Amino acid sequence: MKIVYDGSMESRAFKNVLGETILQLAAEDPDVIYLDADLMSCIGTCQWSMENPTRGVNCGISEANMIGVAGGLAATGFKPIVHTFGPFASRRVFDQVFLSAGYAKNDITVIGTDPGVCAAFNGGTHMPFEDIALYRTVPTATIIDITDVNMLISVLRQCKDMPGVKYIRVGRKFAAKVFADGEQTPIGPAIPLKEGTDAVVFASGIMVHEAMQAAEQLEEDGVSTAVVNIFTIKPLDIETVKKYAKQTGVVVVAENHNRVGGLYSAVCEALARDMCARVDVVAVNDEYGEVGPQDYLQQRFGLTAEHIVETVKGLL
Amino acid sequence: MDAEKRKELERFALEIRIGMLEEFKARGFGHVGGSLSIADALSVLYKTQMRFDPQNPSWPERDKLVCSKGHAGPAVYATLALLGYFPYEWLKTLNQPGTLLPSHCDRNKTPGIDMTTGSLGQGTSLACGMAFGERLRGRDTRIFLIVGDGEANEGQVWEACMFAAAKKLGNLVLLMDVNGKQLDGCTQDILDTLDLGAKLEAFGFDTVRVDGNDVGALYDALERTRAGGDKPYAIVMNTIKGKGVPGVENAKSNHSMTAPKEQWETWQQELIAQLD
Repeated sequence: MKIVYDGSMESRAFKNVLGETILQLAAEDPDVIYLDADLMSCIGTCQWSMENPTRGVNCGISEANMIGVAGGLAATGFKPIVHTFGPFASRRVFDQVFLSAGYAKNDITVIGTDPGVCAAFNGGTHMPFEDIALYRTVPTATIIDITDVNMLISVLRQCKDMPGVKYIRVGRKFAAKVFADGEQTPIGPAIPLKEGTDAVVFASGIMVHEAMQAAEQLEEDGVSTAVVNIFTIKPLDIETVKKYAKQTGVVVVAENHNRVGGLYSAVCEALARDMCARVDVVAVNDEYGEVGPQDYLQQRFGLTAEHIVETVKGLL
Repeated sequence: MDAEKRKELERFALEIRIGMLEEFKARGFGHVGGSLSIADALSVLYKTQMRFDPQNPSWPERDKLVCSKGHAGPAVYATLALLGYFPYEWLKTLNQPGTLLPSHCDRNKTPGIDMTTGSLGQGTSLACGMAFGERLRGRDTRIFLIVGDGEANEGQVWEACMFAAAKKLGNLVLLMDVNGKQLDGCTQDILDTLDLGAKLEAFGFDTVRVDGNDVGALYDALERTRAGGDKPYAIVMNTIKGKGVPGVENAKSNHSMTAPKEQWETWQQELIAQLD
């Protein structure tokens, strides 16, 4: 897999790529139906949906109903792709996702935008630090924390044809470019971005960029640090997690999520049996969100490269 | 409706009631009140309205039933068994370990069950999605959705109703089972839903009110819905919870009942005696 990370930001915003990809999939596959709950304008799909109301269905501000409608469409053989903000795509519709989609075996793809601190100026009410934790308890669900726009395109294409409940969390703004354009990122395997022998950082979403910066600093400080992008939170690539944990003995998990129930929990569960490494976390410390610019919030909740460096050193 | 047709539908409703008592008798308990209240509707739906093939339960061109008050599964199972979807003997397995007939409807377990329901309110949205999808597929099918009046407490029901009207789902027929009772007592004492017919009209449904235990009235109301059109249909069925079995009808609390096998047997024999 071609990694092109050099610290620079993508020129394309997630929200534009997300909207364009959904419309592209709808154009290619007549079974794709896109549903939204009055947030089409946030990803640039409103005009198209007005012109194609049977393919882009605006359900209004009624997320629970939207998930059920998606389930009913799935039962009729369609491939629903549902979008709303992260908290509404998880907390608000949890029972509907669990039963109307998961338990009933109605296969749907749910996209929750602006995860964690990416909700920025919408503040605490819109800031899901628990969406991964919730979806992890849905049996056999697939959970993806998107790294960059290229991965978003690749993952969306895979999800639409996969069975079960698929949850994709992704920001709407810009992220650091990690993967070469057109590169496929198969759902499941974790992606090593940088090798190292003293420590490993398992990172997802916006924390990948922070982890890469942290690893650079740590190298300068004489700590050889590997970085692995675990973008598929579930099913977790346990083999890769164990391999790097055994290889380094020092594991730090970095995620834009509550430390309860997310990637850190998943990694700890995977490592608990063998206890082959010391593990710590850079994540939200069991708090509610608050309003502010994303860079402020990353400082406020401890989601920066500096926090990763400190945490790795704390384990050495 | 002529007398012969009425007699046939009433007899089938009676057989459905006898079948569900077979289920409760075997297990000793179950959601008997709300199952009995919809037996007449199920008789009319399956005998006069719905297109289906018991040999091919997943036939795409079939009409679909979503029993959103999923706890009335035993009523639907009795109907499906009588129609030949599965052996009548299966009715004795209700809620037994490993059964294909669980308390609440499950489309992945029971042949002929078109949608999984049980968490109240959710079937309404699922039915809307099915109706929307059927129309997109260009099928002339109808989706029949049974909702309980207690279930109407759930906000999701009204989200779905807004959706159905806004998307002009004229292939959706909502049957509201107004039996006046929910688990803890009378609906008007718990969270009074007031005039559900007026509410459904206000939400954009073509609405009629009928005696939901009168097969003739149900038939006339359902025949109207064949016309389709731009509005979803609502049939507000005034029913009696526990209808047909006096011992259940008269019980103060009859949402779910536990009784000795002999009691279920007695009630079942009362119905069997009415067959001829």
